[in-house]
Amino acid sequence: MSALQTGPLSDSMVIMWRNLKRIPRIPELAIFAILQSIMFVLLFAYVFGGAIPLPDGGDYKEFLMPGIFAQTIAFASATTAVGMADDMGKGLIDRFRSLPMARSAVLSGRTVADTIYQAGILVVLMLAGLVVGWRVNNGLAAFLLAVVLLLAFAHVMSWLGIWIGLSVPNTEAAQQLTFVTIFPLTFISNVFVPPAALPAILQPIAEWNPVSTLTAATRELFGNPNPYVGDGFPSQYPILVTIGWMIVLLAIFAPLAIRKYRDASK
Amino acid sequence: MTYAIEAEGLVKIYPARRGSSEVRALDGVDLVVPEGTVLGLLGPNGAGKTTTVRILATLLRPDGGSARVAGFDVVKQAQDVRRAIGLSGQYAAVDENLTGWENLYMFGRLYEMPKARAKARAEELLEQFNLTDAGGRTVKTYSGGMRRRLDLAGALTGQPHLLFLDEPTTGLDPRSRLGMWEVIRDLVRQGTTLLLTTQYLEEADELADTIAVVDTGKIIAKGTADELKAQVGGERIEVVVKDRALLDQARQVLGGQAGSEVEVDEHTRRLIASSSGGAQQLVEVVQAMGEAGIAIDDVALRRPTLDDVFLTLTGHHTADENVEESA
Ligand SMILES: Nc1ncnc2c1ncn2[C@@H]1O[C@H](COP(=O)(O)OP(=O)(O)OP(=O)(O)O)[C@@H](O)[C@H]1O
Ligand SMILES: [Mg+2]
Repeated sequence: MSALQTGPLSDSMVIMWRNLKRIPRIPELAIFAILQSIMFVLLFAYVFGGAIPLPDGGDYKEFLMPGIFAQTIAFASATTAVGMADDMGKGLIDRFRSLPMARSAVLSGRTVADTIYQAGILVVLMLAGLVVGWRVNNGLAAFLLAVVLLLAFAHVMSWLGIWIGLSVPNTEAAQQLTFVTIFPLTFISNVFVPPAALPAILQPIAEWNPVSTLTAATRELFGNPNPYVGDGFPSQYPILVTIGWMIVLLAIFAPLAIRKYRDASK
Repeated sequence: MTYAIEAEGLVKIYPARRGSSEVRALDGVDLVVPEGTVLGLLGPNGAGKTTTVRILATLLRPDGGSARVAGFDVVKQAQDVRRAIGLSGQYAAVDENLTGWENLYMFGRLYEMPKARAKARAEELLEQFNLTDAGGRTVKTYSGGMRRRLDLAGALTGQPHLLFLDEPTTGLDPRSRLGMWEVIRDLVRQGTTLLLTTQYLEEADELADTIAVVDTGKIIAKGTADELKAQVGGERIEVVVKDRALLDQARQVLGGQAGSEVEVDEHTRRLIASSSGGAQQLVEVVQAMGEAGIAIDDVALRRPTLDDVFLTLTGHHTADENVEESA
């Protein structure tokens, strides 16, 4: 009959539709997310960049942009966390829980919508990157693989965001908690400086940090300068390690998020 | 007789949190609501009304007791319960960044309606709740009353036979409240079974067939509005005299006219007596006071309030219960 018009998949689509509809109605959110990333681009490309030499030469702006993409994508968790905490606070989660809908749909609909949203932000940032001098040097296939990696990572981060959003009492706490978790990850990494420039004790963190491996993976795929820590496994197979990280993080945070949702108002 | 709602010995304990001990929000609540009737759950802040509604609407698991709603167990057959009920919670739960229409369409789809049906239903509901003109605006721009109506419309999307309304008129101005009452009466006329919570005796009186009074997690009285009022003693006459020295004399006059015991509050110079004579008796009291030379600051005929019910049933005011709540 109307198998596609009802059921878990359709419920997910409805929730996704709802979350996508909201985006242009709260333009501040997208604008601030983009402005924040662009601020980092300007700050590092034009203010600090000149003082940061790359070991094997190469253009700092080409080095910087994949890091900015990875950083922005890592902060996808904040968008989801704040959105989820907001729904919780406004009683919408209760409403959904009182409907005969698939429970998983509230979460999957949101994570998919937030991934699409991040794709939009990524497009804007890539255009901004092209303006400041970032280039893709490895052909279309590698470029597309990099984009898929970034978006898959955004999706994983979004599950982390759900868990955070459902664990905190309000949107402010959701915002702050994700920032204090993600910011260190983006700074103790290869995002802004060649990792050899970091203090020795931080280098192992920078070497294995998922934000680093994602950055290195996309630098490799875009054909941008890619100095890394030592010549260990993450340095040789950043794509593989990034995929490994995504599987691990998803395996941890998706079940945690689902459990949190089920018990949301015990 | 078939019951739409049957609850037995419901217990809910909220675990202790930082700085507060555990709360026994429900302490053995029994309820039955026959199909097609309206039960008013009447109680002050913190009595356990919302907790009861949330358990019956499957949002919360009870820690003790059991409940069947529309014939299904609220724990074991939660999804069947959800299909049968509509819930409008204490605070309007609609998406502020969607339009009214989009909210209702979304609820329709989540109530397992195909797209075309969900669209038609959204339009029907906007019309029914006088929101057609506002249907295309985001809910952010709605007034409190409009949100409330949209929230109720959302609860009706699936055309439930059984409806839970948690304080549907709290925060509405008097005109919106009357409008909401009218909407609710319409639903009841069409045969909807309704469980409604309220802090106002007057509202329970207007809408409910049976009233259950809740206090600190227990049902302390059940009956029709008339039965409860008979216990409380119907209307009261209140007189505030100008001169405190004449309080005692005024008490005799009022007692003589009303033929009932008079409660005196020295501090506010207020006298209260139950009355069965309505406005006519009020006029007579005023005249008698005048003849006795007692000047009056204020006089009123007052219907019993929740507070009066409480005073009669428990011997304390509702406010006494909330000292720790508001802290
Ligand atoms: N999530 C919670 N955690 C801890 N205590 C809670 C929670 N929800 C409610 N309570 C407590 O349980 C008791 C009953 O609360 P409930 O919300 O059911 O009352 P109510 O009758 O709906 O009150 P109101 O008229 O204020 O809405 C109160 O003492 C309240 O403080
Ligand atoms: Mg309540």
